[in-house]
Amino acid sequence: MSKSLKRKIQTITCILSAAFIIYGINRGEMEVVLNKAVNICLECIGLG
Amino acid sequence: MIQVAAFGFTNVHMGNFIGGKLYEGSWKQFCNPGLNCYSCPAANLACPIGSLQAVSSSMDFQFSFYVIGFLLAIGVLLGRFVCGFLCPFGLFQELLHKIPFPKIKLWKGFLYIKYFVLIVFVILLPIAVTNYMGIGKPAFCQFICPAGTLEGGIPLLATHKELQQTIGNLFSLKMIILILVIIGSLSIYRFFCKTLCPLGVIYGLLNKISIYHLEVNKNQCVDCGKCSKVCKMDVDPLKNPNSIECIRCGECVSECPVNAIHIGFKTLKKENKIIGERTSSSLK
Repeated sequence: MSKSLKRKIQTITCILSAAFIIYGINRGEMEVVLNKAVNICLECIGLG
Repeated sequence: MIQVAAFGFTNVHMGNFIGGKLYEGSWKQFCNPGLNCYSCPAANLACPIGSLQAVSSSMDFQFSFYVIGFLLAIGVLLGRFVCGFLCPFGLFQELLHKIPFPKIKLWKGFLYIKYFVLIVFVILLPIAVTNYMGIGKPAFCQFICPAGTLEGGIPLLATHKELQQTIGNLFSLKMIILILVIIGSLSIYRFFCKTLCPLGVIYGLLNKISIYHLEVNKNQCVDCGKCSKVCKMDVDPLKNPNSIECIRCGECVSECPVNAIHIGFKTLKKENKIIGERTSSSLK
């Protein structure tokens, strides 16, 4: 992979990741994560 | 030192182990770069693999833009440096491997299990297998994750008598997996990272394009092979400096007698031709 192509892919991925994060936060995904993370996840500990 | 600091930052609420309570503050809405169960009483942040499954198995969403965006951002910046330095479960395995025990090399076929785990248990099952309300289950956490058993299951069961009464076959399965991972890690360096970790696959694929990268200076390399011999992840930096398996530990950099291997954010200057995807035959 040439350096310029790699740099282009890096730039596109950075932009895409920022867009994904903003869109995800806007549609309320952070609340789902928080809700799951602050309660005991029975599946995670092998009881669910 | 970085590993210990990362472990301390992601598990800052050590006092919670006494009462078996979880930290419930706002930091938990952010993901941790490495694998660290959010049901661990000490955990400060959310597990990215757990969060990915939690969102995609929820009633409202089938894809987590937030978590995928986070993983892409961290992956394109650092690649598997996260595995090498920021993952608490990686540190646990490294410590286990330091214990005197017969050491063996992993059969290469086992390296492909983690792709199956990512596709089936992390991506497909949480979306495809749902109840009548459209809610799925985090299949990787439920059936495989030894980090969840170790960091969440054991401490919570030790402190919650009501949970002890619900122990069944599922917990036995997870304990067997945890014991196998512990035994595996005693004899194989980072056994779980090599064979089962879905997070390692994601960051590993991003190793190819990550800004933090490995390069070999063609003009300086004397082709001694010391770098591939010292690599505990069984990577040959000459053949594939940005291999999916490379965790950026930097041992090859320290081992190189002529300082031909460079690791970091900066790329080598143009006059220093870089060995990228060369084959061993072209080297000879």
